[in-house]
Amino acid sequence: MSEAAKQESESTQLASRRFVIKPQSGMAALNLRDLWLFRELIFFLTWRDIKVRYKQTLLGAGWAILQPVLQMLVFNVLFGDLAGLSSGGIPRPVFTYAALLPWNLFSTAISDAGRSLVSNRNMITKVYFPRLIVPLSSILSGVVDFAIAFLILIAMMIYYGIAPTAALWTLPLYLILSLTTALGVGLWLSALNVHYRDIRYLIPFLTQFWMLATPIAYLSSEVFNRLPDNLEWLYALNPMVGVIEGFRNALLGTEIYSTNVLWISVAVAVTLLVSGLFYFRRMERTFADTV
Amino acid sequence: MSDLAIRVEGLGKQYRIGSQSQSRYRTLRESISDAFTWPARMLRGELTARSEKIWALRDVSFELKQGQVLGVIGRNGAGKSTLLKILARVTEPSEGLAEITGRVGSLLEVGTGFHPELSGRENIYLNGAVLGMKRNEITRKFEEIVEFAGVSKFIDTPVKRYSSGMYLRLAFSVAAHLEPEILVVDEVLAVGDAEFQRKCLGKMSDVAEAGRTVLFVSHNMSAILRLTEQAIVLDGGKVVHSAPTREAVDYYMASGFSQSGERTWSAEEVPDSSAPFRPIALRVRDPRGKVADTVQSREPLELEIEYQLDKAIAGLRVGVYLSTIRGEVVFTSFDTDNPELFDRYATRPAGRYHSRAKIPANWLNEGQYILGINASAYRVRRFFQDERALAFNVDAMGAPGMQWPEPRQGPVRPQLDWDIEERSS
Repeated sequence: MSEAAKQESESTQLASRRFVIKPQSGMAALNLRDLWLFRELIFFLTWRDIKVRYKQTLLGAGWAILQPVLQMLVFNVLFGDLAGLSSGGIPRPVFTYAALLPWNLFSTAISDAGRSLVSNRNMITKVYFPRLIVPLSSILSGVVDFAIAFLILIAMMIYYGIAPTAALWTLPLYLILSLTTALGVGLWLSALNVHYRDIRYLIPFLTQFWMLATPIAYLSSEVFNRLPDNLEWLYALNPMVGVIEGFRNALLGTEIYSTNVLWISVAVAVTLLVSGLFYFRRMERTFADTV
Repeated sequence: MSDLAIRVEGLGKQYRIGSQSQSRYRTLRESISDAFTWPARMLRGELTARSEKIWALRDVSFELKQGQVLGVIGRNGAGKSTLLKILARVTEPSEGLAEITGRVGSLLEVGTGFHPELSGRENIYLNGAVLGMKRNEITRKFEEIVEFAGVSKFIDTPVKRYSSGMYLRLAFSVAAHLEPEILVVDEVLAVGDAEFQRKCLGKMSDVAEAGRTVLFVSHNMSAILRLTEQAIVLDGGKVVHSAPTREAVDYYMASGFSQSGERTWSAEEVPDSSAPFRPIALRVRDPRGKVADTVQSREPLELEIEYQLDKAIAGLRVGVYLSTIRGEVVFTSFDTDNPELFDRYATRPAGRYHSRAKIPANWLNEGQYILGINASAYRVRRFFQDERALAFNVDAMGAPGMQWPEPRQGPVRPQLDWDIEERSS
């Protein structure tokens, strides 16, 4: 009864809504109100992406596990057995796998988000909804894969007898940091991809180079120690350095190189997100005409 | 508070054409090379040509009261879809404003957001959310939606296994159960079989009768006449007429036609995509061979299509559509319908042609008719099509049954071979 009444009031609230359509000029406001009204669409699109991702595959969600596990094995041979890089006293499989988790979340997110507007073209040219929902939900759908792959990490930690540290509570913060970075980059790429289809070809290179610039198979100190002290900030400009430092610290208890690294990562991630939001909103009004 | 649902004032939308008309997105390389070459192009005066812009819609103003149903009619490219897209907030206008009171639901295309891998059930929820429905709202109407679409047996089957008819029915059904205050509809009825189209029209008139505000775009004049009271006619992006529907439809039907019994195409009017077919003229002739805009029902008439082939075309058929002024099709006929001609012109060599056809005497009823033209190779390519190329009148003087001066129903007025037998009992 009260539920129905509530619903009634929500729809009358919608009904009495009056708005004006006119050309926008300058910086558009974020329009969080519309984002809130369409919150269920975020859920449905995320759910669709998850649902569809492994349809008609033999292994299904097994891919969410197989991918990082195979990557880990290859990295271990390349960087451990062949290059002989240190893993800081942590068993190498756990060392690499703990870093691959946030990295895969990030790299899948930016490549999915980058293509999202173009692949949802038919919706964008036919109905109104805040366009922000499209890259946002394609990023969120990656979290499920992350969660599945995380189970294997727990199993590995039990196998190697590694207890999580007291800093475990910080883990969600690093997860948010990597999602923030992914959304920032994803917004830029998706909006650019509407106008320049070159982005589609750029994304694989971008993720490849970015991966090498991220301490997944090696310790960040390998890079920091080779840099002059006054140039260390350069490496920290990659927000994924902060994310991976944080993940290893929270899960495996390795030392964070310096807290400054974290703060630089946060600053860069926020800058990417804010600038991405502005660019996206600016370009949004022409999406339907150009996509 | 006023009872206006939509108030549109000086609305306009500009599109860029020219170098980008083929592919509207650009590559980074183009942008970079543009940046390097623009001083040179500016000197050569090419810059303005490249950024040529057209107004798809200009100076459009109208008002729509709550509960009113407005029809929007116009030829292809008149700006109808642009208008609806602006009102549905899909694209932004370049100038002017539209003030809207109420929730807008847009049916610019059915099945928006459908995913082939998902089941019917899942797609109902997804599509509903895309169209702006709340989850509990969808749950409430779920049974009704499935019922209307008639797909209850397949509701958990992925829609990629659906027949195109089922797919369409489900898609329309979701959209039809959206209950916005203002409904914006574009051409959805142009799809589906006759049975389903009738169902859709029924649903549409329910919506209109339920006191909702509807903006309805269609090529189907009988649907426009049935569903709307008021209509605006768009041409070249401008409102050229605004009147009660019947009057607006007549205006639209009569406008833009040469009344000389002949329609000619200049080179600029023919799109590049038609090549190598080039239409030159379409004519209506009376039995004395004179081009005429009015012919007698009791006399035969001749249709003539003149065209040029710049290259040989295999399997070409050139033909006409004949329809009444209200848009009902009377017949479609092609010059190679006859098997003998079909074999002889399996490949039509380059050259200039006249295809002619005779419509027998005592065949068409009085009234105004529209002739369309089509040149295509079946299942290969449509070279040229203009469904509304020429209008002509038929006069019933001396036609069968004229001893009674009442108007007769139907597009044909045949002289049938009647026989009256008297039986003496």
